[in-house]
Amino acid sequence: MKAVIAENLIKTYNKGSVRALDGLNLDVEEGTVLGVLGPNGAGKTTTVRILATLLSPDSGHASVAGIDVLKHPDEVRKIIGLSGQYAAVDETLTGWDNLIMFGRLYHLSAKAARERAIELLEQFSLSDAAKRPIRTYSGGMRRRLDLAASLIIRPKVLFLDEPTTGLDPRGRQDMWGVIDDLVKGGVTLLLTTQYLEEADHLADEIAVIDHGRVIARGTSDSLKKQVGGERLEIVVENANVAATKEIVAKVSGSAVNVDEGLRQISAPVTTGSKALIEAAKMLDEAGIHPLDIGLKRPSLDDVFLSLTGHVAEEKIAEVSDATSGRKKGKK
Amino acid sequence: MMNAISDALIITKRQLLQLARVPEVLIFSTIQPVMFVLLFRYVFGGSIDTGQPGGYVQLLMPGIFVQTVAFTLAATAVGLSADMQKGLIDRFRSLPISRSAVVFGRTLGDGVLNIVVLVVMGITGFLVGWRPTSGALKIFLGFVFLFVFGFAMSWIGVLIGLSVREERVAQNVTFIAVFPLTFLSNAFAPTTGMPKPLQYFAEWNPVSTMVAGCRELFGLKNEFGATAGSFPSENPLLMSIVYMILIMAVFVPLSVRKYNNASKK
Repeated sequence: MKAVIAENLIKTYNKGSVRALDGLNLDVEEGTVLGVLGPNGAGKTTTVRILATLLSPDSGHASVAGIDVLKHPDEVRKIIGLSGQYAAVDETLTGWDNLIMFGRLYHLSAKAARERAIELLEQFSLSDAAKRPIRTYSGGMRRRLDLAASLIIRPKVLFLDEPTTGLDPRGRQDMWGVIDDLVKGGVTLLLTTQYLEEADHLADEIAVIDHGRVIARGTSDSLKKQVGGERLEIVVENANVAATKEIVAKVSGSAVNVDEGLRQISAPVTTGSKALIEAAKMLDEAGIHPLDIGLKRPSLDDVFLSLTGHVAEEKIAEVSDATSGRKKGKK
Repeated sequence: MMNAISDALIITKRQLLQLARVPEVLIFSTIQPVMFVLLFRYVFGGSIDTGQPGGYVQLLMPGIFVQTVAFTLAATAVGLSADMQKGLIDRFRSLPISRSAVVFGRTLGDGVLNIVVLVVMGITGFLVGWRPTSGALKIFLGFVFLFVFGFAMSWIGVLIGLSVREERVAQNVTFIAVFPLTFLSNAFAPTTGMPKPLQYFAEWNPVSTMVAGCRELFGLKNEFGATAGSFPSENPLLMSIVYMILIMAVFVPLSVRKYNNASKK
């Protein structure tokens, strides 16, 4: 059963001049994690806002747990959790105050709200900080409290909009751990991210979006396969580049790519580790000791580059979500 | 319906909790009107002859009360604008709560804050010679008027707060709107000295009708500042009620609608 369905969503801004969503389709199987991956301005946040009832599309359909988002937004709000890019909690209040307030707004009794707050603070390792104002929290703690607030009613479907953007590596690791645990608990999760590594780590399936459309979809592995198979990559001393190139050409049988700056020689191979062993043997016979040698599978960066023609991390900082629209990144 | 009210009260409670957690906010929002009372009382009071018993402070206090509650508009706008920027409004809108709870709770919270400020100002006024003479009931009624006027102004603030991009803009816009409104009135000086067009403006200005109305309720003859014979100066209480109803009839629905379509800029 599909827990989330979006069909042909179109959303334009500025009287139609900017198409934030351009016929977006996606769905999430119940109990799985879909990673929506795309650069800034691709339409990730707009998609989440529509699914979470905050925004109406110009056209298209959306449903969450079988409930029509546009016709019955109030019903949808009772079963979803939303945690956004910016920690949406009251910073002057304590973590405890916030959880009680949101619990009460979910219409829990005072007692139930207290019990749930204690549970969540425990679960997110925030018990010690419960009575401190949020503004004294670290970025990672704020994000965890924000996530806790979105879990008060044990939502069937959880939307996380760039949950680790702006966190330091430690905070990101913690957040991943927390999300992993949630997923083990069986929640259906739609997660947006601009970090390929994050989608790779957390998502069962990935939908790559660009310019308001899904341009590719599948598991991390199948997307990588789409781009191409494995490559043999060898780094050697300057003096050995030419000789190595000949060896790699023999093993690979196809075009060899040489990066003079990195002294790296690479070529696609079809025989996997057999090719690697063969190349190592031939290098050894030629008296060449490679600085690095290995089989590389394409990264999601490669996937993104080959699908969109531009690099994912390219932060289109000067172009905001609303105006970026169709601007192409540098090739 | 019951849920709508209890949802709004939770939002109001949040604001009161904020005051408990950061008491400086309450202290400083009270210091400013108290400072105004003292400044006007002692700087201008000496040189303005009102021709009424009790001196300038009797006329000044209703003026300062009205000015203070008029500025509720700014407090509401800035507060909501901040909630919007921080994404709190998004979170509230994703909750299964009544669609008007957040804005009602906010205006109510700002109203409660007004009560505290009015009490402190009233005490300060008393200490510097303000003596309303109309009896407890009318004095109480005067404060009810002030409370409701602040509440009505607050709804204009909701619309502004949800419409601007940033807190600082909310701050500036509301100051530019409210400051002239409180001075182009009979609150601090007679309007008779103003150029004619401004006199007409001042005469119909809701701040003026409120000030004149409160002066009546606090037991003063309403001659200071009123343009004799005009409808608003003859019927300040009635006009004030009309204004409050008008403001709310326009801004409550607009504000609730704005909230429901609110999105971060």
